[in-house]
Amino acid sequence: MRSRIFPLIATFIVFAVLYLIGWQRFPAFGTTRVIANFLTDKSFLGIAAVGMTFVIIAGGIDLSVGSVVAFTGVFCALAIGSLGMHPVIAFAVVLVIGATFGASMGAVIHYFKIPAFIVTLAGMFLARGGAFVLSQESIPIEHPFFADVSSLYYLFPDRGRLSVIAVLFLITLFVGIILAHFTRFGRNVYALGGNSTAALLLGVPVGRTTISVYMLSSVLATLAGIVYTLYTRSGYPRAAIGLELDAIAAVVIGGTLLTGGVGFVAGTFVGVAIQGVIQTYITFDGTLNSWWTKIVIGLLLFFFIALQKFLTSYRGNFFVLRRRRAAVAPAEGTS
Amino acid sequence: MVNTKTSFETETPVSRGNLQRMLRNSRKLLFPLAALILILIGNWLISPNFFNVRIVDGRMLGSIVDIFNRGAPTVILAVGMTLVIATKGIDLSVGAVIAICGAVAAVLIDQTELSPFIVIAISIGAGVLCGLWNGVLVAVFDIQPFIATLILMVVGRGIAQLITAGQIAIFNNPTLEFVGKGVVLGLPFPIILSALVLILVYLMVRRTAIGLLIESVGSNDRASYYAGIDARAIKLFVYVISGVCAAIAGLIITADIRGADANNAGLWLELDAVLAVVIGGTLLTGGRFYLGLSVIGALIIQSIQTGIFVSGLPPTFNLIVQAVVILLILFLQSEEFRRPFTRLFMRMRKQS
Repeated sequence: MRSRIFPLIATFIVFAVLYLIGWQRFPAFGTTRVIANFLTDKSFLGIAAVGMTFVIIAGGIDLSVGSVVAFTGVFCALAIGSLGMHPVIAFAVVLVIGATFGASMGAVIHYFKIPAFIVTLAGMFLARGGAFVLSQESIPIEHPFFADVSSLYYLFPDRGRLSVIAVLFLITLFVGIILAHFTRFGRNVYALGGNSTAALLLGVPVGRTTISVYMLSSVLATLAGIVYTLYTRSGYPRAAIGLELDAIAAVVIGGTLLTGGVGFVAGTFVGVAIQGVIQTYITFDGTLNSWWTKIVIGLLLFFFIALQKFLTSYRGNFFVLRRRRAAVAPAEGTS
Repeated sequence: MVNTKTSFETETPVSRGNLQRMLRNSRKLLFPLAALILILIGNWLISPNFFNVRIVDGRMLGSIVDIFNRGAPTVILAVGMTLVIATKGIDLSVGAVIAICGAVAAVLIDQTELSPFIVIAISIGAGVLCGLWNGVLVAVFDIQPFIATLILMVVGRGIAQLITAGQIAIFNNPTLEFVGKGVVLGLPFPIILSALVLILVYLMVRRTAIGLLIESVGSNDRASYYAGIDARAIKLFVYVISGVCAAIAGLIITADIRGADANNAGLWLELDAVLAVVIGGTLLTGGRFYLGLSVIGALIIQSIQTGIFVSGLPPTFNLIVQAVVILLILFLQSEEFRRPFTRLFMRMRKQS
């Protein structure tokens, strides 16, 4: 367990170092305004990444989250603007749609034995296509509810604004941690990702867990879409393209193994925070181009994967095996 | 590769029995081929002059030519991706490699006096480097292919933007443009190029032992290692091939629009390529692979897109139709999906 928690500690140290570098160069890094803005700006990525964490711990992948965010936005904009629905009702309807969508993907993956990568890829096309069919342009949303939501915030002493969507993000994170580590569902997810055959033999309801995991991911992606809609006050079918990659990167940087069975929801938060720090730094600096964000995130990804590889291989006697392979490979083959 | 000689000898009967093997797998062969034919017939029903080919200025024009022409980059990517997937890998970085190689070619041709052939060689060299990077991560450092290639997928577009300095690099050079727009024997050059890539790779893997070694590594890399196969070299090799394929596809795309767009060149093409391979019946879990069927898979994807285009259906339906058709094909290929129908069929036959 201790070596499993090590990547998380390493992630946290990297986050702290990056944050301190930023703070040292730009003292504003320490203000609650920057921190609260980060929570608001990254809330939809964070919420989607929590869902992604569960999918990856269960040994799967979900490529559809970005498209689901876009679909949610367009759907809400149309439901509120054209159909005259109250936003809360529209949100409830779209959450049900999202849950059905995710559950269907899970069911196809489980019953038809089609790889999750392919099924969620088709789901990505479907959701994005659905968004395009509903509208090709960005639809602005004019509803008093949105103004009410954005006027609701907690004001810190130094004028940082903790918005409603930031609070939603924190709540999702908290619920995610409880769900992963303190419920039967969470244990089933870990068991499934660790070894699905063993999980089945031990009586873990594999089908139900698989379906629930993808449902959870899609519901959280829909919630992320709602947050995105509240944030931008519009629905846009090209929104959040590539969000799933940022989410996967956050999850992996946060110490979750892509092979499944190992990971922490809290780590995902640190993964999102690291991306936020890099972006804030680049914005503050002003001379660096935005593509440096991608390059730095990619390099961090490499660093963490190398670290994890080193640690997990060490557990599996990486070096011993290497040496023995070279010396007595044929003998091992027969034993 | 200690035992190359012996494995080559055991491979010979297999390659001679290629036709037999194909017949044995005829059901597997049937699905993608039938799907392609059905889609083409569907396209023909929607727009009756779908198969018409006109010759204007010694250049063939028509929807069917268009499918092969527009589909050329995906076909080339699918060829490389098939080998990678056969080793139980995946290469998510091809879209980003397209952007990098396109950017290299466009910037070099525009800002230096190098001969276009050298520029093309350098661009393909960049593809080799990208492939080597992926290959080293997967083969030497034993990192999961999905995540190893994800790194280059994320970083790649950033690197391409660095090369083009954030702009769309435009160039004007007839030789380089020929790669995307040239005509040989009436056929657009990308078609010829994709056919060449397919034939070359096919000969390389099926007329030597390499194909068998790839399938062996994909089925069980540990066992292959103990059997004397240099599993690492094989893995390195397939990622390099995939990088080269991506570079060629990048050259076609860049030459076609006469510019390198670091943000959008080859965007999501890696997903199309993976889909093409899966439609073609190669399993993501590695092992046996089917180059020709992957190409048919790529053509299926392109004919759906061209079909929607010529049908006059608003392009907004593009993604949905594509997703539904692909899901249908995948469902039909899934044994678990077919089982209830097969049982019903058997029962009906018993009763009669």
